Amino acid sequence: MAKHRLGGQTVKLENPPCILSRATIVGKKEGQGPLGEYFDVVLEDDLWGEKTWEKAECRMYQEAAKMAITRAGKQPQDINYLFGGDLLNQIITANFAARTLGIPFFGLYGACSTLTESMSLGAMLISAGYADLVLCVTSSHFCTAERQYRFPLEMGTQRPPTAQWTVTGAGAFLLSNDMKPPYITHITTGKVIDYGITDTNNMGAAMAPAAAATIKAHFEDTQQGPDAYDLIVTGDLGWFGRELTIDLLKKEGYDISDRFIDCGCEIYSKDQDVHAGGSGCGCSAVVFGAYILRKMEEGVYKRILLLSTGALLSTTSCQQGESIPGIAHAITIDMDRG
Amino acid sequence: MEYLKAFLVGGLICVIGQILIDKTRLTPARILVCFVTAGVILTAIGVYEPIVKFGGAGATVPLPGFGYALAKGAMKGVDEMGALGAFVGGVRAAAGGITAAVVFGYLAAVLFNPRMKR
Amino acid sequence: MDVKQQKLNKEYQIYVQRKMPKSNLLRDCILAFLVGGIICTIGQAVNNLGKSYFNLNTEEASAFTAIVMIFIGALLTGLGVYDDIGKYGGAGSVVPITGFANSIVSPAMEFKKEGYVFGVGSKLFSIAGPVLVYGISASVLVGLIYFFLK
Repeated sequence: MAKHRLGGQTVKLENPPCILSRATIVGKKEGQGPLGEYFDVVLEDDLWGEKTWEKAECRMYQEAAKMAITRAGKQPQDINYLFGGDLLNQIITANFAARTLGIPFFGLYGACSTLTESMSLGAMLISAGYADLVLCVTSSHFCTAERQYRFPLEMGTQRPPTAQWTVTGAGAFLLSNDMKPPYITHITTGKVIDYGITDTNNMGAAMAPAAAATIKAHFEDTQQGPDAYDLIVTGDLGWFGRELTIDLLKKEGYDISDRFIDCGCEIYSKDQDVHAGGSGCGCSAVVFGAYILRKMEEGVYKRILLLSTGALLSTTSCQQGESIPGIAHAITIDMDRG
Repeated sequence: MEYLKAFLVGGLICVIGQILIDKTRLTPARILVCFVTAGVILTAIGVYEPIVKFGGAGATVPLPGFGYALAKGAMKGVDEMGALGAFVGGVRAAAGGITAAVVFGYLAAVLFNPRMKR
Repeated sequence: MDVKQQKLNKEYQIYVQRKMPKSNLLRDCILAFLVGGIICTIGQAVNNLGKSYFNLNTEEASAFTAIVMIFIGALLTGLGVYDDIGKYGGAGSVVPITGFANSIVSPAMEFKKEGYVFGVGSKLFSIAGPVLVYGISASVLVGLIYFFLK
């Protein structure tokens, strides 16, 4: 087995890279939520003066990327690689933003799991010595996702209680080999898991088994339990998916309920009429970037496990009656380099 | 009285739709297709006519009413011109609604822009 | 897929179904009843107006009502009000012909950025198209059966 592998799915990074800087941009509704004060930029209008929702999302992506670079005192040409993606077909947001940014680019699609997918790959590249600076950026936008996956905005439809609200937001993270906490120490790459859920209005149920499986694999591979973490954070399972994940892990003998939050549950308050919570590539990016990393810097949390969770469906697959596969990638963020 | 009947009948037809949405998770598009087709069939077997007599707009404004107009028109067409009427009558009876939908739909789409949901 | 996995899936699906937060059917139905009822009452008023004010016969009044209601539905969709009504009214706003208008305008408006032919022009019928296909086909079938039985 390769030197730094632990068990079946986990890597312990030899030279843990740090998260050097970050930036988050969110839409109006997210700004009005309980975490509003933590975000770097809150848009007044989700169109941001652009002609289309897609252009607005692309600009959010670009601006977040530039902001993270500037904050670290770097230039775009200093960045070795850009990893990232979004929810739109052919990841046009990330591709179009990369056209402007001019950084060597790997486009990724992992639905809402793209954030930790990007950070996993970026961190491994740095640890192995193939890069000094890697930028990871993901975004989602309520209006672009809604028209692609669901219904037109002005259509008078009722959303069932398990439906989730796509977060309008972009988050950028600059990883480097500097010695400045927090560090990414472990990576557990998820498998695609499908328990046959077909209801596109119930993504939480489709993704919960993947989240539970990755958390379990991480615990087994690292031979640690929930106690090793101050907080376990999932991307966008929502209220219902969070409950399912707790139950699934209890069956495996792990009780994480006292240290488990979901970004989709945190970003909106319950009176914002979002039903089961937030979702989207932007969801875990902005909550992790703005809120959780801040709390880590303040010393509230020392070691966390972050999982972005993705539902790998397309409009074609669900119209053809296919079930919804889920995936979740985990990374350990630690204030100590280990 | 006429208004009350329209309210009750219209309301009840919508309740059937609501039960379908909540219980079967049918999308609105499917509900619309089902209701129009149901309207056509119910008219053909003579069930919908009495509902229209009783409920007035309560039965003609919901989508089964559109099916009712199509089916009734088709049968009337057959009475007037034989088999050809089956092809001509339905759309002729519903022409006003269809044309209005196309024209007003186009105009509204051109004049207005979608907004972020609240 | 092996048998064990299938069993696991089945168990999970049943478990999810049981635990899933449910829509409040009673509340939804009451709202659908009220909203649908009100829209139909307005339709009745329009119909009566057509009969008394414009001296239309029953058939003409029906067409008049359909046209006016579609106009109202299209206008409210354009003004961004209909989706709010729909959020509360559910089927009460989908099933009346105003909902048909909403289903025509909303995709057309949304896809205007894709141009006037493949955006507005074709998206007008993304939901209305199937309704017309099935409605008209069924009516032709009914007409033909009626012709042969007569």
